[in-house]
Amino acid sequence: MTERRNWRRAIATGLRGLLVGLVVVIMGLPLYWVATGALKTNQEIYTFPPVWIPRQPQWGNFVEAWQAVPFGRFFVNSIVTTLGAVALELLFALLSAYALVFVRSRGKGLVFAVVIAALLVPGTVTLLPNYLTVARLGWINTYQGLIIPVAAVAFGVFLFRQHFLTLPRDLLDAARLDGCGHLGLLRHVVVPLSQPVIVTFLVIYLVAHWNDFLWPLVVTNRLEWRTVPVGVAYLYQVEGVQNWGPILAGTVMALVPMLLVYVVAQRWIVKGIGGGALKG
Amino acid sequence: MKVLERTEAATRVRPLAGERLERLRQAIDEWPLFWLLVAPNLILLVVFTYWPLVYNAYLSLMQWDLISPVKIFVGLENYRFLLEDSEFREVVRNTVVFTLGTVGGTMLLGLAFALVLDQPLRGLALARGVVFAPYVLSGAAVAVFWVNMLNPRFGLVAQVASWLGTVSPDWLNHPRLAMVAVILVYVWKNVGFSTIVYLAGLQRIPQELYEAATVDGAGVWQRFRSITLPQLGPITLFLLVVSTIASFQAFDLIRVLTDGGPVNATTTLLFYIWEQGFVAFNAGRAAAAAVVLFALLAVISWLQVRLGERRVSYD
Repeated sequence: MTERRNWRRAIATGLRGLLVGLVVVIMGLPLYWVATGALKTNQEIYTFPPVWIPRQPQWGNFVEAWQAVPFGRFFVNSIVTTLGAVALELLFALLSAYALVFVRSRGKGLVFAVVIAALLVPGTVTLLPNYLTVARLGWINTYQGLIIPVAAVAFGVFLFRQHFLTLPRDLLDAARLDGCGHLGLLRHVVVPLSQPVIVTFLVIYLVAHWNDFLWPLVVTNRLEWRTVPVGVAYLYQVEGVQNWGPILAGTVMALVPMLLVYVVAQRWIVKGIGGGALKG
Repeated sequence: MKVLERTEAATRVRPLAGERLERLRQAIDEWPLFWLLVAPNLILLVVFTYWPLVYNAYLSLMQWDLISPVKIFVGLENYRFLLEDSEFREVVRNTVVFTLGTVGGTMLLGLAFALVLDQPLRGLALARGVVFAPYVLSGAAVAVFWVNMLNPRFGLVAQVASWLGTVSPDWLNHPRLAMVAVILVYVWKNVGFSTIVYLAGLQRIPQELYEAATVDGAGVWQRFRSITLPQLGPITLFLLVVSTIASFQAFDLIRVLTDGGPVNATTTLLFYIWEQGFVAFNAGRAAAAAVVLFALLAVISWLQVRLGERRVSYD
């Protein structure tokens, strides 16, 4: 009797393991494909059935991709744009949420409603008018054109506000009694107590801006102002499909930064997104 | 007892009045600070979210090539054109197919993946990591290497097809399969999001529910249907709304994989708006299409929430 149950349990465990393996293969195989493809010779790439392990890693593919298009410039553009936008958003979100929770004033409900309602407006609808505004300001092919129009935060204000509401009132009152002003309170009490939420915020917005494609595509038209995602699409166009090695190498270069962010911050991403859904 | 209550009330009333005065004083004192703190974000929201909404509606009544100094007022002409245009009807149809395919695909597969990964097995953290990884990647870059994988002559998909004993078609150049391919790539890239959300939901279901059901003799399928699914109701509604909005915004995958083709077969509303605005320089038509998209999305989200509220219990 117990033996039979043990057998059944072993089979169930084995089956589960098999299913997990299947899921990992489905999701992981394309990543393996692009990583190894970047190191294949052209001959290996065009062979069928495919070569699974490149015989001699072609690191030259990366050099070729780097030289075919101004990749260095794309990276600088992406880094400046992403960090600039995220820094502004963090600042705006912290200040807005702090004001909404800890500063006494009329009009809080209205401000909160205006911020949250912005979530309902898809970027698609604002695309053309925003392009026209940026063009009128002379901001085409500039960092301010890439950064300022996307730097307003709605979701982040919501995220911080929800968290601030849970902070222990006693602690805040104590700090206030000790003569802590608003800025001091924000810097020395609220921000240190919000570190996990801040990291979640940073990761979510970092990924969103690094990967953004449509806005940089519209607001820049000179090659030296393109960002990494737009640059990779361009690399694919100029190299055609004759030269897959460098194209895949360029693709890998575009993927690596966010993969690194992901590996470092996985815990926060999972918590932030999973938890956000449950609280929302 | 009564005396105590009365004294308590008495001592509470007087400070309350003082507190109110204090609050009023602070409200007056602090409003400049409040508006200073919310101003930067608020100004940007007004300039780059709310004003464009109004300006877009205005543009949708104009005929304009984005360059010439005069805009010609044409009333509802742009809307009439879209309504009667067979190409636009196809675009709307494509958008519906794409949305149904991607939202259905990511949610069903996400639930399946979450059920598989919600097990006490070693190495599962790594498996979850692999499932979620594509979600953080650039869609443009993902699309580039999927073009390679979908190649019928030497791609990964051709290899998988030959393992299964068939031959891979030329996905991206086939009018109907191109849409299937775009949906598949989108689902692969985004399924990690619904997986993570469902996983978080599964882990919040109280184990006692399952234990009680097992004692009552419920099988695996019964437990899934009468406990797991209802408990995941609110999360499913959340995912439905969020995924629909995300699906409407998909651009980079389509632009790189098919560029809207072959023959408009994968042109969705967003892609059409971009094409009309920035390739054909037809601002009025693009703006009108954007209004249509906004209205469509608003109606769908509203319906989802309304229907969801009726079906889903939140306790």
